[in-house]
Amino acid sequence: MTRMALTKDEVEHIAALARLRLSAAEQAQFREQLSAILEHMAVLRRLDTAAIAPTASVLPLHSVLRPDVVRPSLSPEELLAAAPAAEAQMFRVPPVLD
Amino acid sequence: MTALTDLTLHQAAALLRAGEASSRDLAAACLDRIAALDGDLHAFLTVTPALALAGADAADRQLAAWRRDPATPLSPLAGIPLAIKDVLCLRGAPTTAGSRLLEGFVPPYTATAVQRLLDAGMVVVGKTNCDEFAMGSSTENSGYGVTRNPWDRERVPGGSSGGSAAAVAAGLAYGALGSDTGGSVRQPAAFCGVAGLKTSYGRVSRYGLIAYGSSLDSVGPLARSVADAAALLAAIAGPDPLDATSMPNPVAAPDLADATVQGLRVGVPQEYFIAGMQPEVEAAVRAAVATLAELGAVIVPISLPHTEYALPVYYLIAPAEASANLARFDGVRYGRRVTPDQAGGSPLWAQYEATRGTGFGAEVKRRIMLGTYALSAGYYDAYYGQAQKVRTLIRRDFDTAFEQVDVIACPVAPTTAFRIGAKTDDPLAMYLEDVFTLPPSLAGICGLSVPCGFDAQGLPIGLQLLGPALGEAQVLRAGHVYEQATDWHMQRPTPGMAARRPAA
Repeated sequence: MTRMALTKDEVEHIAALARLRLSAAEQAQFREQLSAILEHMAVLRRLDTAAIAPTASVLPLHSVLRPDVVRPSLSPEELLAAAPAAEAQMFRVPPVLD
Repeated sequence: MTALTDLTLHQAAALLRAGEASSRDLAAACLDRIAALDGDLHAFLTVTPALALAGADAADRQLAAWRRDPATPLSPLAGIPLAIKDVLCLRGAPTTAGSRLLEGFVPPYTATAVQRLLDAGMVVVGKTNCDEFAMGSSTENSGYGVTRNPWDRERVPGGSSGGSAAAVAAGLAYGALGSDTGGSVRQPAAFCGVAGLKTSYGRVSRYGLIAYGSSLDSVGPLARSVADAAALLAAIAGPDPLDATSMPNPVAAPDLADATVQGLRVGVPQEYFIAGMQPEVEAAVRAAVATLAELGAVIVPISLPHTEYALPVYYLIAPAEASANLARFDGVRYGRRVTPDQAGGSPLWAQYEATRGTGFGAEVKRRIMLGTYALSAGYYDAYYGQAQKVRTLIRRDFDTAFEQVDVIACPVAPTTAFRIGAKTDDPLAMYLEDVFTLPPSLAGICGLSVPCGFDAQGLPIGLQLLGPALGEAQVLRAGHVYEQATDWHMQRPTPGMAARRPAA
């Protein structure tokens, strides 16, 4: 078996960072597939980019401002309508603190 | 007589103005055809008959007012049935982005591009299937099942806007909206034999588009002719105060009536004809270039030297952006919530992990993992940072090319539509489908897919015409002139016939 770019621990770490609960089978499959994809990415190291500026956006960046005036907006009821759980005009979630 | 559903958008609009058909006739014809064919094709996730008929009646009143007084303003799109990719929000209609996680979500607002078409009097017949969160090249990553290609039901329609492309090709709507992040309008358009326009980044508002890769996402039309796509573009493009990245530039609605390619400099990039591509695709695209030359275009061999790096750059940048964008799907404000069986540690975190772990499909999880890794401590510079720098080199390739040429002609995809299931086990093979559509996406330029032939199996082939940022008018003019000289776009599949389905 060829050495894979990602270790099992790394896969678990990434899944935890991404808040994804994965089964053992998924972890094994993603380890293999992501390792193969990352090996393909290695081609980028061939290029010397020391003097190249990164592109975060293709647009010339500029601030877009609008007048600071109150405009109509959606009602709390409309915005809460899609929530799995809501109470007293708030999204309801499990306890965060004991 | 030609069936109503075989007409182009412009032909249907002419019938409406002549009073030879009503918008209700068109809507009813599309709804009937959806009822007859879509059980098999599965282009739609939601059909909206009540909305369509109410919209058609409103359009018929507009048309009647215009007939009484031709000074009454009337959009060229008024009364025409439209399909919308399910990544664009429509107030009051289920919007899932092809994800089980968003099953049952009904947005409280409407995307700007959709609203502009509604304002023009278009009639929404439904929301179309797509790869989950627009991540895919075949529509097989939809959480709701695959869409079948109207030309051969054993094959994919392309993706991610596969439902929109199939709907337009099969006569279920006269036009559709799609979204294109790395090829998701152009490639399904090519696979289904319709016109598809990837708009320049910032040309069309992204407000109400469920975000995938925010520095790449674009909204664009699919239609049965280049002229139809141009009419849809004219309605949706332009600045929007709700999207700070929408460009202020006015939309030059191209005058196609006297369009010509006489003297147009058409670049042909050597890197877009690669070993391993389907020979029929290369032959059809080279023949299309020869046709443009016969029509008066000047063909210029060019080089886009960083083409081979576009795939790794895209599959780092887009997943990185996706990993951040999809953080919002946590089961708190909308969509499905999964409560874990056993709580250990933080109940909220456990709920996030259970909701996301079971709500997202495999490809979405794969890309979130890839993007999270590329952005994580210790790997950021080597992967995401390096990808952003190489993105600059890819942009420069196009900047240099457009100093020498007006338009670039190349294939949309290396193959025609492949068989359902052929690439689902090999993500990298699926990513290679995008090899010719990714570089323009990374550069933020515009590109048009136009039908340019068929392979021996009778599957459509697409010609990709690229223009510089905000250069939609020139690619639409070139595409229209090509289309007028050929009849590839006039061919229609026969999705109602079972002839193409092999005997079991």
